[in-house]
Amino acid sequence: MTEQWHVAQVVGTTPVTASARAVTLAVPGFAGAVAGQHVDVRLTAPDGYQAARSYSLAAVGADERVELAVDRVPDGEVSPYLVDELRVGDRMEVRGPLGGWFVWRPEDVGPVQLVAGGSGIVPLAAMVRARRDAGPEVAARAPFRLLYSVRTPQDAFFADELEAAVDLTWAYTRRTPPGWPRPARRLDAADLAASTFAPSDDLTVLVCGPTAFVETVAGLLLEAGHDPARVKTERFGGAS
Amino acid sequence: MAVVSRGFGGRREPTEKPLPPGQFLTEDFPVLSAGPTPNVDESRWEFSIHTETGEAHRWDWAALQAMDAEDVSTDIHCVTRWSKLGTGWRGVPLDAFFADVETEDDFVMAHSYGGYTTNLPLDDLLDGKAWLAYEFEGEPLAPVHGGPVRLLVPHLYFWKSAKWIRSLVTQADDVPGFWEQNGYHAYGDPWLEQRYS
Ligand SMILES: Cc1cc2nc3c(=O)[nH]c(=O)nc-3n(C[C@H](O)[C@H](O)[C@H](O)COP(=O)(O)OP(=O)(O)OC[C@H]3O[C@@H](n4cnc5c(N)ncnc54)[C@H](O)[C@@H]3O)c2cc1C
Repeated sequence: MTEQWHVAQVVGTTPVTASARAVTLAVPGFAGAVAGQHVDVRLTAPDGYQAARSYSLAAVGADERVELAVDRVPDGEVSPYLVDELRVGDRMEVRGPLGGWFVWRPEDVGPVQLVAGGSGIVPLAAMVRARRDAGPEVAARAPFRLLYSVRTPQDAFFADELEAAVDLTWAYTRRTPPGWPRPARRLDAADLAASTFAPSDDLTVLVCGPTAFVETVAGLLLEAGHDPARVKTERFGGAS
Repeated sequence: MAVVSRGFGGRREPTEKPLPPGQFLTEDFPVLSAGPTPNVDESRWEFSIHTETGEAHRWDWAALQAMDAEDVSTDIHCVTRWSKLGTGWRGVPLDAFFADVETEDDFVMAHSYGGYTTNLPLDDLLDGKAWLAYEFEGEPLAPVHGGPVRLLVPHLYFWKSAKWIRSLVTQADDVPGFWEQNGYHAYGDPWLEQRYS
């Protein structure tokens, strides 16, 4: 099934931040996605030229529906089109669900530490939603914490929904809300010590964001004593 | 016929050469790894080949440096769809390591520091098609890109070019490695677009 491109039609778009938006696609034949997986999206120009990129699923559970959240990369080929140009009724192609490693399933037991940078929240938001929708027993078996690094409060994806669903710590890198105790700065060892689960044998840590962010955070986690085999990463791109 | 996406023009980079299907050119060097970047000191680095007889052949950093190295200019293609043309590497062809290795096995499993594995047919590593690379564009290979030493098998998708290479273990069957168990193709020819299993 993953070998095949499905025709997808846009059924909804919602602004998420000034630079990002959520896109809902109706995709006949698409089923069985696990939180953390992604799809490949392929666009075709009228002359047949094609471009494809990967996008994480922002939510799972509804078959034949694909929910994406795309951040505009300035001067990018695909993301500005998806954020600024795309409208309801437009068509594209989708392949997936893809990826079997950077995932969380409601039957997984044990605590989970999520660390997101910017749009890297997308697959982690799918996990938070899957856990919320699985009910209180699952939530009790799998405690979640989320450390979410964003440039400013306005750059946060899904802020209210995430705050309602998970133990969430914000780390602002450029500008904080008024009166915020932590000054704006990049994530550091002190943030991890204060706001994440300590290393343990049953903990899973999932880190997602731009490549440079993931490199920094994964390095800090190892310095803090986490077992590298229990740290899963997804790198979205950008200079490393 | 693919559906046309209204209003999509695309940004066609003028490429001197055709790219494998579904790939686009990048000037950057993106990173695909399943976990943290391990830091492997050259002084601690060791590479070994193990065969079905239990025999092991070993090289340390000094032994690697003493071998005849080649400059390799090649295109690389990542399954996450970027391609980079004319990348420059320095390394030792795998033929040199296999010169004294006897095996009946047709496949190998590459093992990395950090636990990553990937499976390849032995033939794809021989006849000047693969290297142990330790320099990229004239500089020591950075840890994030697989330094101190990575496998370089540029005719396959780049996840086959195992970063932080530690050993090759021959195997009779094509037992899948890490990404291959997680949905990716057993062989990974970019020109046949063998991305997913
Ligand atoms: C598994 C996976 C899942 C992904 N999920 C999402 C998602 O849910 N939401 C989302 O918005 N993006 C996601 N991405 C990133 C996405 O695939 C594209 O790389 C991104 O949208 C840029 O594509 P583009 O065509 O606009 O830019 P391109 O034309 O490809 O690139 C333009 C320039 O921007 C740089 N660049 C590329 N990606 C990034 C980045 N992420 N950050 C900073 N600079 C970058 C490039 O190196 C290049 O220099 C994911 C990537 C992967 C590998």
